[in-house]
Order: sequence, then structure tokens, then C-alpha cells
Amino acid sequence: MAQQRFTLIVNGQTHVIDADGQTPLLYILQNDLALRGARFGCGLAQCGSCSVLVDDREVRACITPLAAVAGRAITTLEGVAAWHARRRDLARVPDMHPVQQALLEAEAPQCGYCMNGIVMKSAELLDQNPQPTEEQIRAALAGHLCRCGTYPSILRAVQKAART
Amino acid sequence: MRSPETSSDLLPQAARRDFLRAGGALVVGLSLAACATPEGSGVRSGMRALPLRLREPQSTPPAADRVDSFLVIHEDSTVTLYTGFAELGQGTTTSLLQIAADELDLGMDQIRAAPLDTHLSPNQGGTYSSASVQRGRPQITAAAAEARRALLALAATRLDADVARLSVARGRVRARKGGRSVSYGELIGGQRFELSITGKAPVKASTEYRLVGQKHKRADLAAKLTGQQVYIQQQRLPGMLHARVIRPRGQAAYGAGARVLRVDDSALASIPGARLLRRNDFLGVVAPLEWDAIRAAQAVIVEWESPPTLPTSAGLHAQMRAATTTDNVVLERGDVRVAADEAAATVVQRGNAPYQAHAPFAPNCALADIQPEGGLVICSSQDVHAARRGIAALVGLPAEKIRVQFGEGAGTYGHSCYDDVALAAALLSQLAGSPVRVQFMRADEHGWDTYGPPHVGEARLACDANGRLVAYEYHGWQHNWSLVETTSQLAGAAPATEWPPVAVQGVNALVCGGMYSIPSVKLVNHRLPGLQYLRGAWLRSPLDLAFAFVSEQAIDQLAVQLSIDPVEMRRRNVKDERWRGVLDAVAEASQWNAARVPGRLGNERIRRGRGVGLGTHLISHGASVADIEVNLDSGQVRILHLYGALDAGLVVNPLTVEHQIEGQLVQTASRMLLEEVHFDAGRVTSLDWVGYPILRMDACPAVTPVVVQRMNERSTGAGEETMAAAAAAIANAFFDATGRRMEQFPFTPERVLETLKAV
Repeated sequence: MAQQRFTLIVNGQTHVIDADGQTPLLYILQNDLALRGARFGCGLAQCGSCSVLVDDREVRACITPLAAVAGRAITTLEGVAAWHARRRDLARVPDMHPVQQALLEAEAPQCGYCMNGIVMKSAELLDQNPQPTEEQIRAALAGHLCRCGTYPSILRAVQKAART
Repeated sequence: MRSPETSSDLLPQAARRDFLRAGGALVVGLSLAACATPEGSGVRSGMRALPLRLREPQSTPPAADRVDSFLVIHEDSTVTLYTGFAELGQGTTTSLLQIAADELDLGMDQIRAAPLDTHLSPNQGGTYSSASVQRGRPQITAAAAEARRALLALAATRLDADVARLSVARGRVRARKGGRSVSYGELIGGQRFELSITGKAPVKASTEYRLVGQKHKRADLAAKLTGQQVYIQQQRLPGMLHARVIRPRGQAAYGAGARVLRVDDSALASIPGARLLRRNDFLGVVAPLEWDAIRAAQAVIVEWESPPTLPTSAGLHAQMRAATTTDNVVLERGDVRVAADEAAATVVQRGNAPYQAHAPFAPNCALADIQPEGGLVICSSQDVHAARRGIAALVGLPAEKIRVQFGEGAGTYGHSCYDDVALAAALLSQLAGSPVRVQFMRADEHGWDTYGPPHVGEARLACDANGRLVAYEYHGWQHNWSLVETTSQLAGAAPATEWPPVAVQGVNALVCGGMYSIPSVKLVNHRLPGLQYLRGAWLRSPLDLAFAFVSEQAIDQLAVQLSIDPVEMRRRNVKDERWRGVLDAVAEASQWNAARVPGRLGNERIRRGRGVGLGTHLISHGASVADIEVNLDSGQVRILHLYGALDAGLVVNPLTVEHQIEGQLVQTASRMLLEEVHFDAGRVTSLDWVGYPILRMDACPAVTPVVVQRMNERSTGAGEETMAAAAAAIANAFFDATGRRMEQFPFTPERVLETLKAV
């Protein structure tokens, strides 16, 4: 496979990566950039573990080739609070995105591994639709699995984040 | 060119350095410069912002009867607690810290947990049966009480005061209010107690607890929400290669293993640095880049022997019922046949349960560096001390030369592939002559799991005219668990072997009618030859859902026959106040209406139903009420609301236990409606989330957890017990909605339509 040079913009920082352009974005994020938000779950885009935002929309990094996202704005869990501040024109970047804060207050995570996808998808939802109904939240998150069964706490937290 | 790996900064520096110090076995070839994670960045749940300060590692675990094995008091009066239990995502670490902090009169901000490590942690017997608090509370309480007694004796001398007059707050001892004081750190900071745990040091009465029994937030969740947590899947070893295993897509019968007929690795020539590694039928690949390792595993062409010996998932239960079994009477009291003949009502209930998968959200992962003189393995084993013995045997080193460190991964709910991947990592590191990281792919985990075994059950129950149970007979068919891991089996290190008899592998007196007082009982276990079936092991609440599905539907049948309210029926038969307590608690929470007649049907095409059930795992008491909806046209079942009441004795942290109940109820909904491992005659075919669906957010019921707190009882397991109860409640709600009894789960639309049509 041919190595090529790519420019990757992650959380507002520009990185130069020499790699095979078919490499899924996930492996670049976790191995080259040592980021821990997007994480391996299935490699098949079925679970949402690896979700990131590309140009403000949630995508699955495990099946997204590096070449397809070069030069586009990628946001990971580590940068989602700053992304939120930018989208809402906040003067200050909060420590956490409101969804992260609400999930923390609800003690929603158990093992916490799925929380990357839950946070990223919820952030996208609230960005697109700041006042979603319960059905809209359930539908938006239906593609994000949680094996510990924390869905009821997640639902409450996202509803709370939408109110704040 | 980028370097092969630039992210080796994820290994805790202290752990690495300690390992080198412990035996020096790994000095060659390591790049310590790459280890840059600041200490205390948080690899273990429950750890506070306090920096980690670990003791010298040693190759034999510290003795479990010594105070110093559990507790180290530092100069600043903060404490490090060492336990033998793994944090599996339940928040148990927080409970263990509460126990120690309370007994020592410390604040929660003054204590932190050490990572779990064969070279640091006492062996408390693994993390099984949701028993970390059950087994750990007496041990940690005794160690802390012993330490407190010694500290007070030292303080009495220092303050020249009578021990009886001393009081402690936040690790500072005073003789009187406003008087002179001395801190734990000043008394013993950095030194050892050199004391045995006698069990005779005075412990706090439950009325004296400040932290135990109170809701306490977990300290590990902010890191888990922001990307600061380092899961095992994100750990790296300096200079490591990425590795993947190569196996058939889906396991065959346990006894058959997998046999390689032909291998062609010529395609690896085009993948930089990729190598095929092999020991007998165990195959794996390594490569410097992760994506290359994944591609390499796919590029190797392997022809596997495929003996078509499995009964298929469709034919499984008929084959189990007809199989030649090893039978034993687990319990016989009175004469069930005579009692049933004289009873007012007798019912029979049958039920089948499928193989179900652990299916952790992230497939298991392990890292290993095995060198000729010794090695390190980082894995998510629920028992690092046992894992060490298995790894040592596989790589041919003495156990004390192997160090095993626990790394937290995704929730595992029992014996998923964590030991298998640890063995694979050790073997691949040895074969490669290099540190490796093995990440199982989704199909490896789904296809080579040790599944929760299937069950065929038949219950025959009888009661008198007042609804009092007089006879209970239960026959159960299942196979034992698999003892030898896939890696060891394929590598030729050990043949497929089943677990020796352990009660929870089969019909047992705890779950099968154990919550009721019944004069005549007969329990019979029909053990199947496990090598002919799929791999099996404990899956959260093993077999309990199946037993309750059969047994609690039978009780409900009797209640319906005698026109007794199902909650009242159980109230008349429960064995003691504990069972009555959870039953009443769940009835109250769900506003159970005793006047309602179960199974009285309306004319709607979407019918609602409500049911109740009791259940346990080993000790604790669970009760549940389910509200469900059945679509008679589509066969679709929707679970609307699940209530779960749990009495686990003294609940150290009711907040984490409420979340445990929430998870139990949601997982039970998933297992009752959706989860089933599929296989044809040759192999398992459900290899991902499409083939093995689990409950999603759009179908998730509302849940109401109820903790029945018993401050004066010993603490017992809290991670499983409401699952069996909820499984039964869902089944009974189905009858309430439709007037039909399901005899197999999961309740797929096809099965539901079949049941509705059959009668």
C-alpha cells in the first residue's frame, strides 16, 4: 500500500500524517495522535464506540478512511466542549459539554466504554435540535449500544442537558 | 514516515518501573523514555485525585492475613488500599474505599485504591459472583479495625491518654476536644504495622457508620466521560507489535477445537513487517502498524477442518432433552409424587433457554512482554492470580516469573474472552520475541466466547387449597463450563476439559424453589456431555434466568388456577422476612393491584400485561414486576417498565447498587427479547451486533430500582439477583397479556406468533 502525506485537522490542531490513505481514521487517532475518545468496539460501524464529528456530523471512525477526512474538521471527545462553545458562541470553553456534565451528575456510566459514542451523538443531536422530544432522543441514540444497560440514565441525562 | 508506534506513553510509568525493579527480567529492549504518563492519571476506578504511591512489588502476593497487605498509611495520613478485586465497571472500588475509610475514620478524599497486580495485591480469590463486597467487606473491615487499634495504642502513648478517651476524625487522633492531637501519618506514616489480622480488633457497629450505607458518588466517572480514562484497549507497551489471532469465523463443538489443514501466508509479503506466528493450531499475526495487523489476519488463507457435529441452534433443545446424560438428585425431601397426588392443584411448566453471549461492548484485549527470564501480561482477567498460573504453564515459565496486571476494559458480565486473549498475547509475544498487543476483533469475541449455557427445564408444582406449596419437582438439562481456554487448546497445551462439579453450573436448591417453604422437594440435574456442545462459562446470573423462567411461571399457573393474586400467592409461601420484604417492596413501588385478575383479556390487538417474579443468584433476594405490551398481529413484545427490588444485606453504596439494578433490568429485557447465539451444524454464525442483536435505546423500558437496605445484615452480592426475578416477571406478564405461556426465550416475534397460534 502506498504511503501518502495527509493533513488532518483534529480539535482545531493540524497534524501531518504519512500513512496508507485507506487506514481507518480510528487507528490514526488512537495510535498516531494518542487520543482516547474514539475507541475500538466492532470495526463494523454497528456500535458507535468510535464516533467522532466530521464537519459537525457524527461519523464512525472505524470504517472512515483517512483519505476521506483529510483537511476536514474532526472533533473528538477531547475537543467536544470547545466545539460546543464555538457552535454556541460561548465566551469561555466549559470543562465539559453539557451532555458530559449531565451524564456525570446522573452517574450514568458503568464501565463507561460506550460513553464516547453516547456523548458525541448526543452533542450532534442537541446541536441540530436543541429541544428534542424523548422519542427523538431515543431514535438518535438507537445506533449506539450500551452493554451495561445504562440507557435509562442516559436518557434522563440528555433530557436534562437539553433543558440547560 | 511516521514511526511505527508513537503512543507508548499510555503505560503507567510506576507500574513499568516497579516491574523492572521486581525481577529485572525485562531490562533489555525497553525504552523507558517513552513512558510519559504522569503518576496518578487514573487507571483504576475509584482512585481519587491523590497521586498513586505504590509499595515495592514482590513476586509472591502479600499474605491475606496481614494488615500491611491491605493498607499503607502515608506520612500525610492518606491511605492506599490494596485489594484483590477487579473493577469491572460496577463501581465496587468506591464501596471498598468507603468500608476502609469508615473503619479508619478517614475522609473519602484521604484514601485511594492501588491497581490490581499479582505483585502488589493480596489474593482475595478473584472477582466472581458479584461477591467483591460480600467477601471483601469482612476482610477489609478486619484489616482496617486492626490498623485502627494499633494506631490508637500508639496515639495513647504519644498523647499520654487512655485509649478509651481517644477519638479520631480525618485520621487525626485527639484525647479531648481542643486538646493535643496526633495524626496517623505522624504515628506510622510510611512504616509497616507488622501485624496479623486477628479478627479480634473492635469493629464499628452499623449505627456508628458515617460512610458505609450512604450513597457515594464514584470518583472514576469524569475520566470515563472525557477521554482521560486509559482502558486496556488503549494501553501500549514500548516497542510493541500489534497482533491479531486467526481462527475460524465462529467456534465448532468445544471438543473439536479447530484444526488447521493448510495455511498460505504468501500475501503477507506485501504488508510491511507482517509475520505469521503459529504453534500447532494456534495462529496469529504481528505487524508494526495496527491496520497492517488487521489486514494481515485477513490476508492469510487458512483451510480449517469443519466437522458438522453441532445440533444447530434450531434443534438444540430437542437434542438436549433426548441426550444421554449423567443424572444426580441434588436434593430430595419428602415424597413429591405422593404430595402432588394429594394436592388441590398440580401444574407442569416447561421452558427452554438459549446460549447467550457475554458480548462485551469492546472485545477483549491484552498486552504481553514474555522474555526467556520472565514476563509481564496486562489483561482484564477477573482473577489475575489464577491467570498468572495459566500463562506460566503455557509459556513454560515458573509462575513467580510472570507478573499480571489488571487493566479495566468494557463491562464483561462474567467469563468472556479476557483470559483467552491474555494467553494469546503471552504466546504471541513469546513467538514474536517482542512485546505485543492483541486486540480481539468483534467476530473473535462473539464467535469464540464461553457462552452462558442453554437450559431445558421441567417443573411440576403442587399446592393445597389455600395456595400453600406442598410439592416442588424440578428437572434441568445443561452442560458444565469449559475449563481450558481456546488459546491453550489450539496451541496443544491442554485438551478440552470441563469444569469439575460446582453447584451453580446446574440445578441447585438456591434458585429452584429456594425462596419458598415447601415440605416435599426433588431437584434433579441432567448433565450433558459438554465437549459435544459450544464453550460455556458463567454469564451474569448463570442459568438463574432460565430456572426462574420455568419455576416462577409454574407458581403463577397455580395462582391462576386457584384465583389467588400472584403476589399474595408468593407471600403465602416465601421462606422468610427477607423474601417477603423484597416482594412487598416491589409490590409497593409498582402499585400492584391485588384485585386485578391475571390473564383476563380484552379485545385489543396490542395487549398490555403485568407480572411478578422472585429470583436470586446465590444469596441475595430479588423481586420484580414487569409491564409489557404484546402485538398479537406482529408478535412484537415491548417491555414498558421493569421494577426491581433487591435485598443484598447491608448495601455499602446504595447509589451504585441502584445503578446495578438498572443495568440488570435492562440486560434482562435484552436477554428475554433478543439474545440468542445462532449456529449451524458446523459453527457459530452470530458474529456481530446484527447477528446477535441486543436491546437498543429505542426499545428500552423505564426502570425503577429499589434497594431494601438491611444495615444489620452481612453484605451479599448485588450485581445479579433481580435478573432472574425480572425474567420471571416478563414471562408472567406475557401470560397476563395473552393467556398463553411462553416455553422458550428470547421472545422473538416468530416464537410469539407460534405460541399464540398453538393453543
